[in-house]
Amino acid sequence: MQDISLEVMPGDAVAIVGASGSGKSTLLGLLAGLDTPSSGAVRLDGTDLFGLDEDGRAALRARLLGFVFQSFQLLPALNALENVMLPLELAREPGAADRAAKMLARVGLAERLRHYPKTLSGGEQQRVALARAFVTQPKLLLADEPTGNLDAATGAGVIDLMFEMNAEARTTLVLVTHDDAIAARCARKIRLVAGRIDGEG
Amino acid sequence: MRRLALRMLLRDWRAGELRVLALALVLAVGGVASVSFFADRVRQALTREAHQVLGADVLMTADHAWDPAFRDEIASRGLSRAESVNFVSMARSGQETLLAAVKAVTPGYPLRGKLRIAPGLNTPDADTDAIPPQGVVWLDERMMAELKVRPGDAIELGRARFRVGAVLTLEPDRGVSFMNFAPRLMMRLEDLPATGLVQPGSRISYQLLVAGEREGIRQLEQWARARLSRGERIDSLDNARPEVRAGLDRAQNFLGLTAMLAVVLSAVAIALGTRRYTQRHLDGYAVMRCLGAAQSQLFALFAWEFLVLALAASAAGCALGFVVQTLVAWWLAPLIPGTLPPPGPVPVLQGAATGLVLLLGFALPPLLQLKDVPALRVIRRDVGPPRQGALAVYVAGLAAVFGLLLWQAGELKLAGYVFGGFAAAFGIFAAIGYGALQAIGRLGRTGSVSWRYGLANLLRRPRANAVQITAIAVGLTAILLLTMIRGDLLDAWRGRLPPDAPDRFLVNIQPEQREALSEFLSANGVKRPQTFPMVRARLIAINGKPVGAEDYSEERAKRQIEREFNLTFLSALPTDNKITEGAWFGPEDLARGAISVEHWIAERFGLRIGDKLEFVSAGRSFSAPVTSVRKLEWDSMRPNFFFIATPALLEGFPASYIASFHAPPGDALLTSRLSQAFPNLTVIDVGVILKQLQFVMDQLIGAVQLVFLFALGAGVLVLYAALLATQDERTHEAAVMRALGASRAQVLAAQRAEFAVLGAVAGLLGSFGATAIGWTLATRVFQLDFIWNGWIWLAGPALGLACIVLNAWAGARAALSRPPMAALREVA
Repeated sequence: MQDISLEVMPGDAVAIVGASGSGKSTLLGLLAGLDTPSSGAVRLDGTDLFGLDEDGRAALRARLLGFVFQSFQLLPALNALENVMLPLELAREPGAADRAAKMLARVGLAERLRHYPKTLSGGEQQRVALARAFVTQPKLLLADEPTGNLDAATGAGVIDLMFEMNAEARTTLVLVTHDDAIAARCARKIRLVAGRIDGEG
Repeated sequence: MRRLALRMLLRDWRAGELRVLALALVLAVGGVASVSFFADRVRQALTREAHQVLGADVLMTADHAWDPAFRDEIASRGLSRAESVNFVSMARSGQETLLAAVKAVTPGYPLRGKLRIAPGLNTPDADTDAIPPQGVVWLDERMMAELKVRPGDAIELGRARFRVGAVLTLEPDRGVSFMNFAPRLMMRLEDLPATGLVQPGSRISYQLLVAGEREGIRQLEQWARARLSRGERIDSLDNARPEVRAGLDRAQNFLGLTAMLAVVLSAVAIALGTRRYTQRHLDGYAVMRCLGAAQSQLFALFAWEFLVLALAASAAGCALGFVVQTLVAWWLAPLIPGTLPPPGPVPVLQGAATGLVLLLGFALPPLLQLKDVPALRVIRRDVGPPRQGALAVYVAGLAAVFGLLLWQAGELKLAGYVFGGFAAAFGIFAAIGYGALQAIGRLGRTGSVSWRYGLANLLRRPRANAVQITAIAVGLTAILLLTMIRGDLLDAWRGRLPPDAPDRFLVNIQPEQREALSEFLSANGVKRPQTFPMVRARLIAINGKPVGAEDYSEERAKRQIEREFNLTFLSALPTDNKITEGAWFGPEDLARGAISVEHWIAERFGLRIGDKLEFVSAGRSFSAPVTSVRKLEWDSMRPNFFFIATPALLEGFPASYIASFHAPPGDALLTSRLSQAFPNLTVIDVGVILKQLQFVMDQLIGAVQLVFLFALGAGVLVLYAALLATQDERTHEAAVMRALGASRAQVLAAQRAEFAVLGAVAGLLGSFGATAIGWTLATRVFQLDFIWNGWIWLAGPALGLACIVLNAWAGARAALSRPPMAALREVA
């Protein structure tokens, strides 16, 4: 990555688009503090991410970020409810079970609390992932190709739900996708080519 | 966090992720616990009222009748006394004969502890203060069974006839010993003379049992110790049965090391199982990192999960160990007189410690890598935890295993040998396996696509496959060793005896019986009986310098120098003796008197040609120089003698004779008739002795096998874990091949080719390992001719193939029954 300069304001919805290998995922990893840059800085809510150590960044993520991944990344060992409870439990927040159950009801899975990821469809799994992302009321939601593993109809449903919830919670959204239709729903669109920003629109 | 950990544990358990780890722990803990449970019971039995083990407060033992002065002294101090006379002789009933350990006792015996008797076999027993009445003998259960007698039947011993009274179920002073190979016959001392069994030259031990108040006992012991002469010994509570203790310690070490084989194999299974667990949980831990979990939180998470697992598995292992030790005790019951006390709590701690040490040593280090898994993995799958060398990861584990070995072996040297042995075996197996894979992978690149693809796969993971081969080979080595090689060794031992080797020995022949005996034997078709005169004498001085037990450090030398040797006199060298130093008796030696010494005895007592030996027999002494050293074939089954003297030297000393012959085939009752005609003779029937010895060996081997079962189970588990370790990868590959259009049959054929080579190589290595160990045992330990077993070279690969194919079949089927995309997604 080179010459990346980007500012996202609270409430913004930003789509990062580009071809495979253009650096979309790398940029997302840097924004979340999952990866470290050779030079440069990322400020999250005023905090310099790379001024913190690994555990410090983890704590910051727990406080500020929500994630949705292309491959869902639910823990196979935990059922839907437990998966959604996990970030609350990691942050030692009270009332995890109630809050998680409510959030699952919000994504339409009230009847599936005790189901394990294996027994859920792809769309259902991504809904659980959405519930998990929003349950901590994050300031920033990072989504990495959230529909990449879903068929078109299911994907559209998940995207609708994501934008609805995003609007309700007034969460800032950074979305990586190569689907122009999805990108079009975001207020800003940043195109990456070979690790550089190739225009915004 | 604890609740989360418990949930993960339960879920992982249900998903089968922990099965290998848990089973490995259960087997390792079970093996160690079963041995220590059993050892604990035996140890308790030994220390339980130590004086019961003696049957007295002080036990005085001699190889000759005690001087009356000792009895007077005991009486004058107001202490109570009982006596017993012990020897081995033939007992007969109808057509059955049996070598019995005879104990003739006086009323009052035992002074400490109680005899227990039962009115018949398998009836409840009870304490008794009595001893057998006149004309009655009590037999132990084994003797009853083998002589096929019941209370009320008659049996003969020497020249006397007795009625069988009761079943003797417990003698406190018989103690816990594994080597009571002759069953017990107890009689009244007054009945002994009638048997005519006490003759010059008979090997008899005379015991005085003394009990009383402490001070009197102490003074008596002091008084008696000052007056002890050769062949006399005092045992008190402090030094009771050192030989039994030493023997038990050795047995326990051996069983403990057997259990360690299970521990080592389990460690391999745990390492393999943890590797798979780690790989399967990388994603989950990466997600948690991403969701903001601190490293300490992740560490706590799996630390809790595995701590609970270790405790649960250790508990299950201890329970299993408890069941198995009950079986061991039950198996060995015929060899252990009396009942064993229940085990204490210590073995549970030992078992749990083993489980924790194994898990900490082999599971924790790779698990620790999990907490370092980069969160980036959630978006970039190729990122894993920082890699560390295998050696670095398992240093703690290897140290832990060495610690456990040291603990079981009880000494550094033995632990070092065993550890080195394991390491060498693993190293050699791994090296050969790796080399074989390379060779096969390179040379075998012809044939069908499936075959070539299968072989290419072998080379793609040569190290992982070498580990797999090693683990399977170790398991198979244990299995083959226990089944095939064990039988071969027993056969070799039986086969070593030439068919016409003497199988009957007659001991105690009195000079005046020689002629009658020789007539009896030739009348009964016995050919060429060999007869040797035998004079019992004690070695008292070498080159004029008195020698005693204190001059030797070796335990056996101490014992032998205290006891009487059997000397014979001959003018011609026995056929199977070989002179290694000096020369056999010449005319000059025959005239002047000379002695020929057996090679081992010469070495043990430091005897050289020209040394002058002085012996004493029946109160008179004689001396002569050593003129030759001989080597014997101890397994020739001919009477052998440590010392052979020139005939003139031993003239006039009381001699008895010993004869050996091969019984004419088909005459099953010869022993019985012989011992009827010459009741004072001890007829040693090699067949009967071998049968009795076989019985003892079978019991011991049975018990050892029970412990080996743990090792065997662990071996199979390693196999399962090894295959499981590569199963994810195989499933994925199968899916890729299917996606590329390979038919189900082609995928299966490729996997079959790979597994066939793996199984065959591992099986051959197992055969090689078992044969190597068998050969070492046969030639180095038991001095047998090793019997090459051709079948083992078929059985090994066959078993290897069977195991690997069975295991793989389950995995491959799962991979093939789903559409490729599902399999690809799941493990991608």
